[in-house]
Amino acid sequence: MSYEFLEHTADVKFVARAPTVGKLFVESALALKETMTKGTEIKGTDEKTIHAEGKDFESLLRNFLEEFLFLFDAEEFVLAEVKELMLDDEAFKLTAKLKGANLHDYELTNDVKAITYNEMYVKQTEKGWECQVVLDV
Amino acid sequence: MEIKKINEYEWEIPKTEGMNVPGKVYASEKLMELIKQDKSLEQVSNVAKLPGIINASIAMPDAHQGYGFSIGGVAAFDIEEGIITPGGVGFDINCGVRVLATDISVEEMKQKKKELLHDIYREVPSGVGRGHKEKLSIEELESVLKNGAKWAIEKGFGVKEDLDRCEEYGCIENANPADVSQKAKSRGLGQLGTMGAGNHFLEIQEIQDVFDEEVANVFGLEKGKVVIMIHSGSRGLGHQVASDFIREMENKYGNENLPDRELINAPVKSEMGQKYLSAMNCAVNFAFCNRQLMMHYVREVLKKHFPESKNHLVYDVCHNIAKIEEHTVNGEMKKVCVHRKGATRAFGPGRIEIPEVYRSVGQPVIIPGSMGTFSYILVGTKKSEELAFGSTAHGAGRVMSRSQALREIRGDEVKKKLDEQGIDLEAGSMKGVAEEAPAVYKDVDEVIKVSDSVGLAKKVARLKPLGVMKG
Repeated sequence: MSYEFLEHTADVKFVARAPTVGKLFVESALALKETMTKGTEIKGTDEKTIHAEGKDFESLLRNFLEEFLFLFDAEEFVLAEVKELMLDDEAFKLTAKLKGANLHDYELTNDVKAITYNEMYVKQTEKGWECQVVLDV
Repeated sequence: MEIKKINEYEWEIPKTEGMNVPGKVYASEKLMELIKQDKSLEQVSNVAKLPGIINASIAMPDAHQGYGFSIGGVAAFDIEEGIITPGGVGFDINCGVRVLATDISVEEMKQKKKELLHDIYREVPSGVGRGHKEKLSIEELESVLKNGAKWAIEKGFGVKEDLDRCEEYGCIENANPADVSQKAKSRGLGQLGTMGAGNHFLEIQEIQDVFDEEVANVFGLEKGKVVIMIHSGSRGLGHQVASDFIREMENKYGNENLPDRELINAPVKSEMGQKYLSAMNCAVNFAFCNRQLMMHYVREVLKKHFPESKNHLVYDVCHNIAKIEEHTVNGEMKKVCVHRKGATRAFGPGRIEIPEVYRSVGQPVIIPGSMGTFSYILVGTKKSEELAFGSTAHGAGRVMSRSQALREIRGDEVKKKLDEQGIDLEAGSMKGVAEEAPAVYKDVDEVIKVSDSVGLAKKVARLKPLGVMKG
């Protein structure tokens, strides 16, 4: 399981790889967290449960990641780790249990505006699953 | 992709299969070389495929790759047959710029600049997680969404004259807060009066050159005086409105048959189209109010350091927006839906949309440079209305990725260079400074040269930074 950042002129692009779709989504959440926190270690003192749904893996991934932007702006919550992710890959629905902290306890300076569909894909590979996401920053 | 040079600053993407109109790019050879390096031209041609597009899919001199539309993309759609798309507005709805002109001279400013900038940095919340100072109830937020900068003036954050000097008079009509999701409202609740991070900034600038004395006089700009420029948008609320409607439109219309998933759209006259327009207008109003509050904080700081000084808002422009406007199409005045994504309205003399004080000369157009480089004030033209539905560029446009910038540029070195040029800097993060270093942007002077030569908007004044505040 891993993610890596690729070159993008105006914004942030990453590719994530994992053996299952559920783990792929967790990796993507961590890549988003890295973009928002730039290596600041976040303590998992608070817990949250979130739900997301879509009509295919791409829209589900986008809607799932968008929840973190909402939690950040509206509930001052910054992610530490995804404790558990339950995925219904037929109905394209998921529930995730998160650990994180209040963003005011940290000096964060990176804003992610939105999760985009630009160059986005979720696909099965020989080794498992892979996705690509561009973040508007 | 085929691109035909028409003249020194005009290029055409010929109409090929699937395109309803040709593509048109205003750029110099030098800028075109940069534009060709990413997917901007493909995006210009994708937009030309959308239903009801009129005349051409147009790209401004600062064009670069965006989502759906390129940044620097302009397109007008027929009200009856055409569409409206969040991909033609962008996530940061009504990202825009305002300029506050003062009667403080550069010499006076230089003595107090450091403290002034430091105080502005303290008073204007920026970066991430530095919340606003005004505690809003949901009812008040809804009033902001409906009334824009008018709300701020009623609360005492400014003077009535400020409204006369804003695009849409600081309050766009047809904005129903009921069309904005609870989620978007919750994201906006804590962010009114905050600058945000990324490319947003606030600068203390010197009016270094005046190119058109007569127009500069009308705008109240005098060589050697100081102005304050504020660049920000609608924050999380606007981002959420864009995301919400991309999702809603996709659920309703499906994403098959689209040249790009982010060009999801709805007919302008459909219920969905109208609902997006109304929600987008709410975000537009939020952004007007946001910049108004920041300007108010700046005025308070100015009052402390220069108690005798006077100031006036020159203008407030939007550069991410879709609007219903009247334009001449095939010799007839017609209502159309103009999308400007990373493009600034540049109406010429006489338009009723322009405040009376400026109506005889054309509207002020504000084009910020990158951090630490020149910014410009231009004036809109009739020519611009003929060529590009009254639009011009919005800035410099990125050429280097953030990751490359972080590898190659150090924030403290950028700060040192700015120091050497006499430009002070207040910033939340040195990484953020490296990511927004002047070297990662196109040359704004070249962008302005094209705009001025083509006549999309004419040069009035050049502004040199004295102090920069970044999130």
